[in-house]
Amino acid sequence: MGWFEKKVDTEAIVPDAIWQVCPSCKAHIMKDEWVKNIKVCPKCNYHDRMGCRERIKLLIDDGTFREFNDHIVPSDPLNFSDAKGPYAEKAAATVKKLGISESVITGSGNIGNTRVVIAVMDFRFLGGSLASGTGEKILLAVEHAIRFKRPFIMLSASGGARMHEGIISLMQMAKTCAAVSKLEKAGLPYISILTDPTTGGVSASFALIGDVNIAEPGTLIGFAGRRVIEQTIKQKLPKDFQTAEYLKTHGFVDHIVERKNMKSFLENLLSYRLK
Amino acid sequence: MDFDFEAPLEELKEKIKLLDEKAAAGDATASSKAAQLRKKLEAQTARIYSTLEPWDKVQLARHPGRPTITRYSKEMCDDFIEIHGDRVFGDDPAMLCGFARIGDQRFMLIGHRKGDTVEQNIEYNFGMANPEGYRKAMRAMHLAEKWHLPVVTMVDTSGAFPGLEAEARGQAEAIGRNLMEMAALETPILTIVTGEGGSGGALGIAVGDRILMLENAVYSVISPEGCASILWRDGTKAPEAAKALHITSSDLAELKVIDGIIPEPVGGAHSHPEATMENVKAAIISNLKELEKVSASHLTENRYKKFAAIGRFN
Ligand SMILES: [Zn+2]
Repeated sequence: MGWFEKKVDTEAIVPDAIWQVCPSCKAHIMKDEWVKNIKVCPKCNYHDRMGCRERIKLLIDDGTFREFNDHIVPSDPLNFSDAKGPYAEKAAATVKKLGISESVITGSGNIGNTRVVIAVMDFRFLGGSLASGTGEKILLAVEHAIRFKRPFIMLSASGGARMHEGIISLMQMAKTCAAVSKLEKAGLPYISILTDPTTGGVSASFALIGDVNIAEPGTLIGFAGRRVIEQTIKQKLPKDFQTAEYLKTHGFVDHIVERKNMKSFLENLLSYRLK
Repeated sequence: MDFDFEAPLEELKEKIKLLDEKAAAGDATASSKAAQLRKKLEAQTARIYSTLEPWDKVQLARHPGRPTITRYSKEMCDDFIEIHGDRVFGDDPAMLCGFARIGDQRFMLIGHRKGDTVEQNIEYNFGMANPEGYRKAMRAMHLAEKWHLPVVTMVDTSGAFPGLEAEARGQAEAIGRNLMEMAALETPILTIVTGEGGSGGALGIAVGDRILMLENAVYSVISPEGCASILWRDGTKAPEAAKALHITSSDLAELKVIDGIIPEPVGGAHSHPEATMENVKAAIISNLKELEKVSASHLTENRYKKFAAIGRFN
């Protein structure tokens, strides 16, 4: 469940302020065009990672988003320090740098005619790792959805549980899924959207148990890391292994939806809820 | 398996063995010397076992001589009827499920199955379950709910199996669904971490109303080796990682993640499997007795509150 196993150095792929190099096909795209195309490569359709606020802007009607619990910041239940120093310092620096309080932001907002509760994870925040603050924000958002009878939409982007909070992080998998079970009992829609990457403890908790599971094209989705699997079974893995497309073929993702169509897809899907 | 911390004990044991042989041959002084050394051995064992470091406990938790669920089902239980298969794909030998009885107490026993021998370990995949194992466990839990039987889950795995087929058949989905469905299961669930509590693969059967750990068991979000190689970039720093991660039974009790510790005899479960199983038996009987008094709606509500409280922000 290591979120730094794959190190993505975004600095290295931005040679200057004008050009964006597609991380997938290496094509040089004008920055303006890249942004206008919502970080999707016009040459190869690669869906680049996106911050949580950008995602809210893309999916929720302008001016209708109300954020919940932005006072919830990382806790440090174990007083954890590693080779690089105290976790508390690293977490505080991340909050300051990104301007978000944890690896998820939650709130309510409108998608067309429907008011929904939405939670969006952000991979830039310590690899989108699931920790106590993350779990708490998701649980409180689900409880809000139940109180006001709103559909719940979860966008995952995570390398897994945050080791720095040890067992408390692991327990957030159970905590968030207990919340989802309440949603289930209340008969409220739960739509799970998997974005790149959704792995480890997040894949093995709330991300794949939606009423409908949707993924962006090419999203990495899996429980164990590719390298660990290769070392364990000592054989090469198929090229499309652990992609959204692979999971759809194997029956775990309902639909692969391009970023530009995601909002209208959700709006249409939500219209099928008659009561 | 030999442990560094047990080396002084091994020496004493050797000496006692030699003296015993002499005593058997009629050497009276050897006999009294052996008795002396036995006392010394006892005291030293107690001292060593009261000062174990987290990394020592990792070694103990993984000891192949600890009672496995096979032994609990055969030796601790008076009756056991195994059930097989997830009704979808197959029967995962790494997960043991079945109807169990101790005296008058009937329950559904579910747990990771490590082997007692190398051959068994290969057959049971070293207790690393595939998706069909988690789905079999869930099927057993729903069956227990229907028959109004309480559930006892025993956790002893290094983790869910990281394999190609496991991913293709939905390892992540299987565990996630168990977490959701266990939260709402309308029958008591008692979870006991008997050995290794390895990450999501452990949690997949561990959403209990009560969670107990054997004294020398460990329970962690990631193996100390894995954590060390990622955060310290050095796998040999595992002892440090083990300490930093807070994975021992006393750590978890302090963090209020578990509800109780089942004591192991001095020398550990691998030295005294029968006495350990007696302690586990007593814990099962007393905890199920209490949990069975609670109504189904209170059970699920309390279970929700229990997990909601872990990592509560204040
Ligand atoms: Zn491209």
